[in-house]
Amino acid sequence: MDWTKTVSLALSVGIFAFVIWLVRERRLREKYALLWLSTSLFLILLTVSRRLLEVAALSIGIYYPPSLLFLVGVLFLLLVGIGHSVTLSRLSESNHNLAQEVALLRKQIEDGKAKDDKPS
Amino acid sequence: MKILAIIPAYNEAENIRAVLEDLRSFRGDLLVVNDGSTDATAAVAKSHGAHVISHPFNLGIGGTVQTGLKYAHEQGYDLAIQFDGDGQHRGDQVFKILDLVLRGEADLVIGARTLPGGYKMGITRWFGSRIFHCLIKFLSGKTIEDPTSGFRCYGKKTIRLFSRFYTDDYPEVESIITAARSGLRVVEVPVLMRGRLSGNSSITRRKSAYYMLKVTLAMVVDAMRGRQPIGES
Repeated sequence: MDWTKTVSLALSVGIFAFVIWLVRERRLREKYALLWLSTSLFLILLTVSRRLLEVAALSIGIYYPPSLLFLVGVLFLLLVGIGHSVTLSRLSESNHNLAQEVALLRKQIEDGKAKDDKPS
Repeated sequence: MKILAIIPAYNEAENIRAVLEDLRSFRGDLLVVNDGSTDATAAVAKSHGAHVISHPFNLGIGGTVQTGLKYAHEQGYDLAIQFDGDGQHRGDQVFKILDLVLRGEADLVIGARTLPGGYKMGITRWFGSRIFHCLIKFLSGKTIEDPTSGFRCYGKKTIRLFSRFYTDDYPEVESIITAARSGLRVVEVPVLMRGRLSGNSSITRRKSAYYMLKVTLAMVVDAMRGRQPIGES
Protein backbone atom coordinates (compact mmCIF):
# COMPACT_ATOMS: atom_id res chain seq x y z
CA MET A 1 0.00 0.00 0.00
CA ASP A 2 1.54 3.31 -1.04
CA TRP A 3 1.72 6.40 1.09
CA THR A 4 -1.01 8.36 -0.75
CA LYS A 5 -3.37 5.49 -0.40
CA THR A 6 -2.69 5.15 3.33
CA VAL A 7 -3.30 8.84 3.95
CA SER A 8 -6.53 9.00 1.95
CA LEU A 9 -7.79 5.79 3.53
CA ALA A 10 -7.05 7.18 7.00
CA LEU A 11 -8.90 10.37 6.11
CA SER A 12 -11.97 8.58 4.75
CA VAL A 13 -12.16 6.23 7.72
CA GLY A 14 -11.63 9.23 10.00
CA ILE A 15 -14.62 11.05 8.48
CA PHE A 16 -16.73 7.93 8.78
CA ALA A 17 -15.82 7.50 12.44
CA PHE A 18 -16.39 11.21 13.14
CA VAL A 19 -19.94 11.05 11.72
CA ILE A 20 -20.73 7.95 13.76
CA TRP A 21 -19.38 9.70 16.85
CA LEU A 22 -21.57 12.79 16.16
CA VAL A 23 -24.65 10.60 15.94
CA ARG A 24 -23.67 8.78 19.13
CA GLU A 25 -23.37 12.13 20.91
CA ARG A 26 -26.78 13.12 19.50
CA ARG A 27 -25.26 16.10 17.76
CA LEU A 28 -26.25 14.90 14.32
CA ARG A 29 -29.56 13.41 13.30
CA GLU A 30 -29.54 9.99 11.67
CA LYS A 31 -31.41 11.45 8.75
CA TYR A 32 -28.50 13.72 7.81
CA ALA A 33 -25.86 11.27 8.98
CA LEU A 34 -26.90 8.77 6.31
CA LEU A 35 -25.94 11.22 3.61
CA TRP A 36 -22.49 11.82 5.08
CA LEU A 37 -21.90 8.15 5.89
CA SER A 38 -22.68 7.07 2.35
CA THR A 39 -20.22 9.62 1.05
CA SER A 40 -17.41 8.49 3.28
CA LEU A 41 -18.15 4.86 2.40
CA PHE A 42 -17.97 5.80 -1.26
CA LEU A 43 -14.65 7.53 -0.64
CA ILE A 44 -13.28 4.50 1.22
CA LEU A 45 -14.34 2.26 -1.63
CA LEU A 46 -12.61 4.42 -4.24
CA THR A 47 -9.46 4.65 -2.15
CA VAL A 48 -9.18 0.93 -1.60
CA SER A 49 -9.73 -0.02 -5.20
CA ARG A 50 -8.00 2.20 -7.71
CA ARG A 51 -9.28 -0.16 -10.36
CA LEU A 52 -12.87 0.77 -9.49
CA LEU A 53 -12.11 4.45 -9.83
CA GLU A 54 -10.51 3.92 -13.20
CA VAL A 55 -13.33 1.80 -14.54
CA ALA A 56 -15.95 4.24 -13.26
CA ALA A 57 -14.13 7.25 -14.71
CA LEU A 58 -13.50 5.72 -18.11
CA SER A 59 -17.05 4.43 -18.39
CA ILE A 60 -18.36 8.00 -18.34
CA GLY A 61 -15.59 9.31 -20.56
CA ILE A 62 -13.26 10.86 -17.95
CA TYR A 63 -9.67 10.06 -18.94
CA TYR A 64 -7.99 11.32 -15.79
CA PRO A 65 -9.62 9.16 -13.07
CA PRO A 66 -8.92 11.43 -10.07
CA SER A 67 -11.11 14.14 -11.63
CA LEU A 68 -14.03 11.82 -11.05
CA LEU A 69 -13.32 12.23 -7.34
CA PHE A 70 -13.55 16.00 -7.67
CA LEU A 71 -16.70 15.77 -9.74
CA VAL A 72 -18.40 13.48 -7.23
CA GLY A 73 -17.22 15.66 -4.35
CA VAL A 74 -18.50 18.90 -5.87
CA LEU A 75 -21.83 17.40 -6.89
CA PHE A 76 -22.28 15.94 -3.45
CA LEU A 77 -21.53 19.23 -1.69
CA LEU A 78 -23.95 20.98 -4.02
CA LEU A 79 -26.71 18.56 -3.10
CA VAL A 80 -25.99 18.87 0.61
CA GLY A 81 -26.04 22.67 0.27
CA ILE A 82 -29.39 22.71 -1.50
CA GLY A 83 -30.72 20.23 1.03
CA HIS A 84 -29.71 22.56 3.85
CA SER A 85 -31.39 25.53 2.17
CA VAL A 86 -34.58 23.51 1.90
CA THR A 87 -34.37 22.58 5.58
CA LEU A 88 -33.68 26.20 6.51
CA SER A 89 -36.67 27.41 4.51
CA ARG A 90 -38.90 24.88 6.23
CA LEU A 91 -37.56 25.82 9.64
CA SER A 92 -37.98 29.57 9.10
CA GLU A 93 -41.54 28.94 7.92
CA SER A 94 -42.38 27.03 11.08
CA ASN A 95 -40.48 29.52 13.22
CA HIS A 96 -42.54 32.29 11.63
CA ASN A 97 -45.81 30.47 12.26
CA LEU A 98 -44.82 29.67 15.84
CA ALA A 99 -44.00 33.31 16.59
CA GLN A 100 -47.41 34.39 15.26
CA GLU A 101 -49.12 31.63 17.19
CA VAL A 102 -47.37 32.67 20.42
CA ALA A 103 -48.37 36.30 19.85
CA LEU A 104 -52.00 35.40 19.13
CA LEU A 105 -52.20 33.08 22.14
CA ARG A 106 -50.69 35.71 24.42
CA LYS A 107 -53.34 38.14 23.22
CA GLN A 108 -56.04 35.58 24.04
CA ILE A 109 -54.63 35.05 27.51
CA GLU A 110 -54.46 38.80 28.14
CA ASP A 111 -58.04 39.24 26.96
CA GLY A 112 -59.13 36.37 29.22
CA LYS A 113 -57.35 37.91 32.20
CA ALA A 114 -58.84 41.34 31.55
CA LYS A 115 -62.29 39.75 31.56
CA ASP A 116 -61.56 37.91 34.84
CA ASP A 117 -60.28 41.07 36.50
CA LYS A 118 -63.50 42.94 35.84
CA PRO A 119 -65.90 42.47 38.78
CA SER A 120 -68.97 40.68 37.47
CA MET B 1 -70.48 43.97 10.46
CA LYS B 2 -67.19 43.60 12.37
CA ILE B 3 -64.37 45.78 11.12
CA LEU B 4 -60.74 45.73 12.20
CA ALA B 5 -57.94 48.18 11.56
CA ILE B 6 -54.59 46.39 11.49
CA ILE B 7 -51.75 48.74 12.36
CA PRO B 8 -48.32 47.15 11.87
CA ALA B 9 -45.75 48.89 14.07
CA TYR B 10 -42.06 48.42 14.67
CA ASN B 11 -40.51 50.95 17.06
CA GLU B 12 -43.19 53.53 16.35
CA ALA B 13 -43.73 54.76 19.92
CA GLU B 14 -43.38 58.35 18.69
CA ASN B 15 -45.88 58.01 15.87
CA ILE B 16 -48.40 55.52 17.18
CA ARG B 17 -50.24 58.00 19.40
CA ALA B 18 -50.93 60.32 16.47
CA VAL B 19 -51.90 57.38 14.26
CA LEU B 20 -54.44 56.09 16.79
CA GLU B 21 -55.82 59.59 17.29
CA ASP B 22 -56.11 59.93 13.54
CA LEU B 23 -58.32 56.82 13.59
CA ARG B 24 -60.56 58.19 16.38
CA SER B 25 -63.62 58.23 14.20
CA PHE B 26 -62.95 54.76 12.75
CA ARG B 27 -66.03 52.64 13.34
CA GLY B 28 -64.29 49.38 14.19
CA ASP B 29 -61.65 47.86 16.44
CA LEU B 30 -58.05 49.01 16.38
CA LEU B 31 -55.32 46.37 16.50
CA VAL B 32 -51.67 47.33 16.76
CA VAL B 33 -49.40 44.45 15.77
CA ASN B 34 -46.13 45.16 17.49
CA ASP B 35 -43.34 43.45 15.57
CA GLY B 36 -40.89 42.95 18.39
CA SER B 37 -40.34 46.65 19.07
CA THR B 38 -37.63 47.59 21.54
CA ASP B 39 -39.37 50.83 22.50
CA ALA B 40 -42.68 51.59 24.22
CA THR B 41 -44.85 51.00 21.12
CA ALA B 42 -47.01 48.35 22.80
CA ALA B 43 -47.50 50.30 26.03
CA VAL B 44 -48.40 53.53 24.22
CA ALA B 45 -50.85 51.70 21.96
CA LYS B 46 -52.51 49.96 24.93
CA SER B 47 -52.86 53.20 26.85
CA HIS B 48 -54.72 54.60 23.85
CA GLY B 49 -57.23 51.80 23.96
CA ALA B 50 -56.02 49.73 21.03
CA HIS B 51 -55.80 45.95 21.03
CA VAL B 52 -52.14 44.96 20.92
CA ILE B 53 -50.50 41.77 19.71
CA SER B 54 -46.75 41.57 20.24
CA HIS B 55 -44.44 39.26 18.33
CA PRO B 56 -41.76 37.61 20.47
CA PHE B 57 -39.20 38.86 17.93
CA ASN B 58 -39.09 40.81 14.68
CA LEU B 59 -40.78 39.04 11.78
CA GLY B 60 -40.89 41.80 9.18
CA ILE B 61 -43.81 43.65 7.69
CA GLY B 62 -45.31 40.60 5.95
CA GLY B 63 -45.48 38.49 9.08
CA THR B 64 -46.85 41.47 11.01
CA VAL B 65 -49.72 42.16 8.65
CA GLN B 66 -50.41 38.44 8.46
CA THR B 67 -50.65 38.15 12.25
CA GLY B 68 -53.32 40.86 12.10
CA LEU B 69 -55.13 38.99 9.33
CA LYS B 70 -54.91 35.71 11.28
CA TYR B 71 -56.44 37.52 14.27
CA ALA B 72 -59.17 38.96 12.05
CA HIS B 73 -59.85 35.50 10.67
CA GLU B 74 -59.96 33.83 14.11
CA GLN B 75 -62.16 36.54 15.61
CA GLY B 76 -64.57 36.46 12.67
CA TYR B 77 -64.08 39.98 11.34
CA ASP B 78 -65.85 40.67 8.05
CA LEU B 79 -63.43 43.29 6.90
CA ALA B 80 -59.98 44.57 7.78
CA ILE B 81 -57.98 47.57 6.77
CA GLN B 82 -54.22 47.92 6.92
CA PHE B 83 -53.11 51.28 8.22
CA ASP B 84 -49.38 51.89 8.66
CA GLY B 85 -48.11 52.77 12.12
CA ASP B 86 -45.69 55.39 10.83
CA GLY B 87 -48.26 58.09 10.13
CA GLN B 88 -48.16 58.00 6.31
CA HIS B 89 -51.78 56.99 6.00
CA ARG B 90 -54.62 59.36 6.77
CA GLY B 91 -57.67 58.53 8.83
CA ASP B 92 -59.85 60.79 6.68
CA GLN B 93 -59.05 58.62 3.63
CA VAL B 94 -60.13 55.30 5.14
CA PHE B 95 -63.69 55.56 3.80
CA LYS B 96 -62.28 55.54 0.28
CA ILE B 97 -60.73 52.07 0.61
CA LEU B 98 -63.61 50.70 2.71
CA ASP B 99 -66.39 51.59 0.35
CA LEU B 100 -66.07 48.97 -2.41
CA VAL B 101 -65.52 46.11 0.03
CA LEU B 102 -68.48 47.22 2.17
CA ARG B 103 -70.67 47.23 -0.92
CA GLY B 104 -69.41 43.75 -1.84
CA GLU B 105 -67.87 44.96 -5.08
CA ALA B 106 -64.23 44.16 -4.29
CA ASP B 107 -62.24 41.72 -2.15
CA LEU B 108 -59.01 43.66 -1.96
CA VAL B 109 -58.78 47.43 -2.31
CA ILE B 110 -55.47 49.24 -2.63
CA GLY B 111 -55.18 52.93 -1.83
CA ALA B 112 -52.94 54.33 -4.56
CA ARG B 113 -50.84 57.47 -4.43
CA THR B 114 -50.01 57.77 -8.10
CA LEU B 115 -53.49 58.19 -9.50
CA PRO B 116 -54.82 61.73 -10.04
CA GLY B 117 -55.18 63.28 -6.62
CA GLY B 118 -52.27 61.30 -5.21
CA TYR B 119 -48.76 62.51 -4.44
CA LYS B 120 -45.29 62.23 -6.00
CA MET B 121 -42.91 59.52 -4.82
CA GLY B 122 -39.10 59.27 -5.03
CA ILE B 123 -37.49 58.27 -8.33
CA THR B 124 -36.24 54.84 -7.12
CA ARG B 125 -39.61 53.94 -5.77
CA TRP B 126 -41.33 55.22 -8.88
CA PHE B 127 -39.07 53.12 -11.11
CA GLY B 128 -39.62 49.96 -9.03
CA SER B 129 -43.31 50.66 -8.98
CA ARG B 130 -43.41 50.85 -12.79
CA ILE B 131 -41.63 47.51 -13.17
CA PHE B 132 -44.01 45.85 -10.73
CA HIS B 133 -46.91 47.49 -12.50
CA CYS B 134 -45.86 45.83 -15.77
CA LEU B 135 -45.17 42.46 -14.13
CA ILE B 136 -48.58 42.42 -12.46
CA LYS B 137 -50.23 43.39 -15.71
CA PHE B 138 -48.39 40.59 -17.49
CA LEU B 139 -49.03 37.91 -14.86
CA SER B 140 -52.55 38.73 -13.78
CA GLY B 141 -53.94 41.18 -16.31
CA LYS B 142 -54.63 43.75 -13.57
CA THR B 143 -53.68 47.38 -13.90
CA ILE B 144 -52.29 48.51 -10.54
CA GLU B 145 -50.58 51.89 -10.53
CA ASP B 146 -49.22 51.76 -6.98
CA PRO B 147 -48.54 48.10 -6.17
CA THR B 148 -46.26 48.86 -3.20
CA SER B 149 -48.90 50.79 -1.27
CA GLY B 150 -49.67 49.35 2.16
CA PHE B 151 -52.94 51.25 2.55
CA ARG B 152 -55.39 48.43 1.94
CA CYS B 153 -58.77 46.98 2.68
CA TYR B 154 -59.33 43.23 2.89
CA GLY B 155 -62.68 41.51 2.50
CA LYS B 156 -63.55 38.30 4.30
CA LYS B 157 -62.30 35.98 1.55
CA THR B 158 -59.04 37.88 1.27
CA ILE B 159 -58.54 37.71 5.04
CA ARG B 160 -58.98 33.95 4.84
CA LEU B 161 -56.61 33.53 1.89
CA PHE B 162 -53.87 35.78 3.28
CA SER B 163 -54.02 34.24 6.74
CA ARG B 164 -52.67 31.15 4.96
CA PHE B 165 -50.49 32.57 2.20
CA TYR B 166 -48.64 35.78 2.84
CA THR B 167 -44.94 36.32 2.38
CA ASP B 168 -42.51 37.60 5.04
CA ASP B 169 -40.58 40.34 3.38
CA TYR B 170 -41.91 42.82 0.83
CA PRO B 171 -45.37 41.26 0.63
CA GLU B 172 -47.27 44.10 -1.06
CA VAL B 173 -46.71 43.21 -4.68
CA GLU B 174 -46.81 39.45 -4.28
CA SER B 175 -50.07 39.57 -2.36
CA ILE B 176 -51.78 41.31 -5.29
CA ILE B 177 -50.82 38.41 -7.55
CA THR B 178 -51.85 35.84 -4.94
CA ALA B 179 -55.27 37.46 -4.61
CA ALA B 180 -55.78 37.96 -8.35
CA ARG B 181 -54.77 34.39 -9.14
CA SER B 182 -57.22 33.06 -6.56
CA GLY B 183 -60.00 34.84 -8.40
CA LEU B 184 -60.45 37.66 -5.90
CA ARG B 185 -61.44 41.11 -7.16
CA VAL B 186 -58.53 43.50 -6.72
CA VAL B 187 -59.39 47.17 -7.16
CA GLU B 188 -57.34 50.31 -6.77
CA VAL B 189 -58.66 53.67 -5.59
CA PRO B 190 -56.84 57.03 -5.39
CA VAL B 191 -56.06 58.32 -1.90
CA LEU B 192 -54.14 61.16 -0.28
CA MET B 193 -51.14 60.39 1.91
CA ARG B 194 -48.68 62.26 4.09
CA GLY B 195 -44.92 62.18 4.28
CA ARG B 196 -43.63 60.22 7.27
CA LEU B 197 -44.09 61.78 10.72
CA SER B 198 -40.69 60.57 11.96
CA GLY B 199 -38.16 57.79 11.36
CA ASN B 200 -37.11 56.25 8.07
CA SER B 201 -38.75 54.10 5.45
CA SER B 202 -38.01 50.40 5.78
CA ILE B 203 -36.85 50.25 2.17
CA THR B 204 -33.40 51.69 1.65
CA ARG B 205 -31.78 52.04 -1.75
CA ARG B 206 -29.41 49.18 -1.01
CA LYS B 207 -32.27 46.88 -0.19
CA SER B 208 -34.35 47.86 -3.15
CA ALA B 209 -32.29 45.81 -5.61
CA TYR B 210 -32.88 42.73 -3.49
CA TYR B 211 -36.52 43.73 -3.22
CA MET B 212 -36.90 43.86 -7.00
CA LEU B 213 -35.21 40.52 -7.61
CA LYS B 214 -36.95 38.72 -4.80
CA VAL B 215 -40.40 39.92 -5.75
CA THR B 216 -39.83 39.25 -9.43
CA LEU B 217 -38.70 35.70 -8.73
CA ALA B 218 -41.61 35.12 -6.36
CA MET B 219 -44.12 36.38 -8.91
CA VAL B 220 -42.72 34.37 -11.79
CA VAL B 221 -42.64 31.19 -9.70
CA ASP B 222 -46.11 31.91 -8.41
CA ALA B 223 -47.32 32.05 -11.99
CA MET B 224 -46.08 28.47 -12.42
CA ARG B 225 -48.20 27.29 -9.51
CA GLY B 226 -51.79 26.28 -9.90
CA ARG B 227 -54.55 28.49 -8.63
CA GLN B 228 -54.44 28.76 -4.85
CA PRO B 229 -57.74 27.69 -3.28
CA ILE B 230 -59.06 30.29 -0.84
CA GLY B 231 -59.57 27.66 1.84
CA GLU B 232 -62.16 26.70 4.42
CA SER B 233 -64.11 29.43 6.08
